[in-house]
Amino acid sequence: MGRLSGFGVTLRQVFRPRVTEHFPAERAPTPARRHGRHVLGRYPDGMEKCIGCELCAGVCPARCIHVRGADNPPEEPVAPGERYGFVYEINYLRCIHCDLCVEACPTEAITESKLFAFAFTNRADAIYTKEELLVDDDGRARRLPWEWWSDEDEAETGAWMRATSPGGDASYEGRVLWSADLGYGHRPAEQGQRRRAAPGGETGDRPAVAGGDPDEGAAA
Amino acid sequence: MTLGADPLLRDGVDGTVVLIVVGKTLATFALLLLLVLFYIWFMRKVIADMQNRIGPDQAGPFGMLQTLADGIKLFFKEPSIPDGADRTVFRLAPYLAAVPAFVAFSIVPIGGEVSIAGHRTYLQLVEVPVGILVLLACSGIGLYGVMLAGWASGSKYPLLGSVRASAQMLSYEAAFSLAILGALVQAGSLSTRDIVDAQAWRGVSSIVTDWFAIPALVAFVIFLVAAIAETNHPPFDLVEAEQELVGGFNTEYTGIRFAIFYLAEFMNLITMCAIAVTLFLGGPSGPGLGFLAATHPLNTWVMPVVWFMLKLGVLLYGTVWIRASLPRLRYDQLMNLGWRWLIELAFLWVMASGVIVVAREQGWNRWVVVPAVAAGFLAVLGLLRASMPRPGEIEEWV
Repeated sequence: MGRLSGFGVTLRQVFRPRVTEHFPAERAPTPARRHGRHVLGRYPDGMEKCIGCELCAGVCPARCIHVRGADNPPEEPVAPGERYGFVYEINYLRCIHCDLCVEACPTEAITESKLFAFAFTNRADAIYTKEELLVDDDGRARRLPWEWWSDEDEAETGAWMRATSPGGDASYEGRVLWSADLGYGHRPAEQGQRRRAAPGGETGDRPAVAGGDPDEGAAA
Repeated sequence: MTLGADPLLRDGVDGTVVLIVVGKTLATFALLLLLVLFYIWFMRKVIADMQNRIGPDQAGPFGMLQTLADGIKLFFKEPSIPDGADRTVFRLAPYLAAVPAFVAFSIVPIGGEVSIAGHRTYLQLVEVPVGILVLLACSGIGLYGVMLAGWASGSKYPLLGSVRASAQMLSYEAAFSLAILGALVQAGSLSTRDIVDAQAWRGVSSIVTDWFAIPALVAFVIFLVAAIAETNHPPFDLVEAEQELVGGFNTEYTGIRFAIFYLAEFMNLITMCAIAVTLFLGGPSGPGLGFLAATHPLNTWVMPVVWFMLKLGVLLYGTVWIRASLPRLRYDQLMNLGWRWLIELAFLWVMASGVIVVAREQGWNRWVVVPAVAAGFLAVLGLLRASMPRPGEIEEWV
């Protein structure tokens, strides 16, 4: 057949099963590591985890995160420590869901849920404000009118972080180094990780990465 | 000069006749638009089939209204004209492409002879004694639409696209016309009605003996290739090669003007397939319903149209299949195919079949004529090929 063999190739496909998923009608299972819409977490006492350090904004390759920190009001602190995220905005017209912000965050404040089905009808809706990103009083992500959540989208939102060792230390391969899960509080550190009492009070709950923490070296 | 060969116009023109003509015009226009709507949906569905996808399935039953939805969307989009554009020509160009596409379809016999309100008429918009020349003229004018669109855009890529278009369509016009001649030689007439009548149904053997597809096989194949090249459809769509030219000649067009170009492109393709059916596949000829009288409306009105549409559908499926299977040709391959193969083969075929037709009419001995024609065909072909530059030789001259 030679040059005409292409016709046979295309005709054969007609009799093969279709690979299309009817997305709005049927939802395929959510992959465990999908990167979706961000969520800002809180501590068990309702304090916001974000300290307004702007590391997420600095690392963002799409320049879609806008953070401004402010001093905590002494009477009613928003976050533990000196500073809190006064403005926190993510522009989803630019976000590429690379998760670098999640990796950069020193307090696990920002995580990514698996929500991908959100469509805006105007540009203002595409810029999520802190109120929209923060979890509600039950520790669940806020479900905005233009978002279409499935229950899977909220589950194990930190899966990607757990599966990848942020410290890069091979001895922690496959182990949980820190939990970046959605909602209130922390999971307890898993076996093999040291708990360290840090001067920051509750922020010190973060388990240290062996050999990868400059503070630890300074203390020694 | 007669107004036309249509029996409708032979006995003078009165109010009813004018009404019938207006009705036929509207019906043909609507038919062509519906065919385009259907074809675009059909093309997307078939290509989806060939790529293990489903294709459009949301708008209407099986997604059949998808094209309509797209058209309505384009209609409400903001039209824009670039600053560097020649505004008058820019506005005119889409219509220069669309109007000839419609006019060319008007000569296609869709059905047989019927009677409407006591008047006999053909199921065909106009019956011109030189119908095929109208087709050639229209495809020539349609080229202006593409050319002027690229030129008037005041932009580089559209200009490149339109220069390609004019070179390509000029190159293939020759092979195209010669391939048509291959059918005309068999029919002995330029009128589409006469051509169809010459291929009238006389039993199953008509498919082989009366339809010109087999007697003029080479012309048929050349016609199909040249027609696809004339209408700039894949694999000859260099005019709008997205990877090279952004979008081709219509890059700067938006909204309804873009939609008109899109419409014209597919109207041209459907017209070409309809002409192929007319010239080579007997047009509306086909068996009637034997259990009904020959004068029954089903046999005079419906069956010829059904046969025409069936044949058209087969050819249209072929174009989609080609679109799904073949990669786009390179520019030199396009020119090679046109100038070195199609034109020369079509030319020789017309001469050979001319001799055979004359020999049949004169009653010459076929055992002498056929070998002589074959020998002459091969001899001239060999001479022509020997005289052609070998690959790379032209570069040496330059």
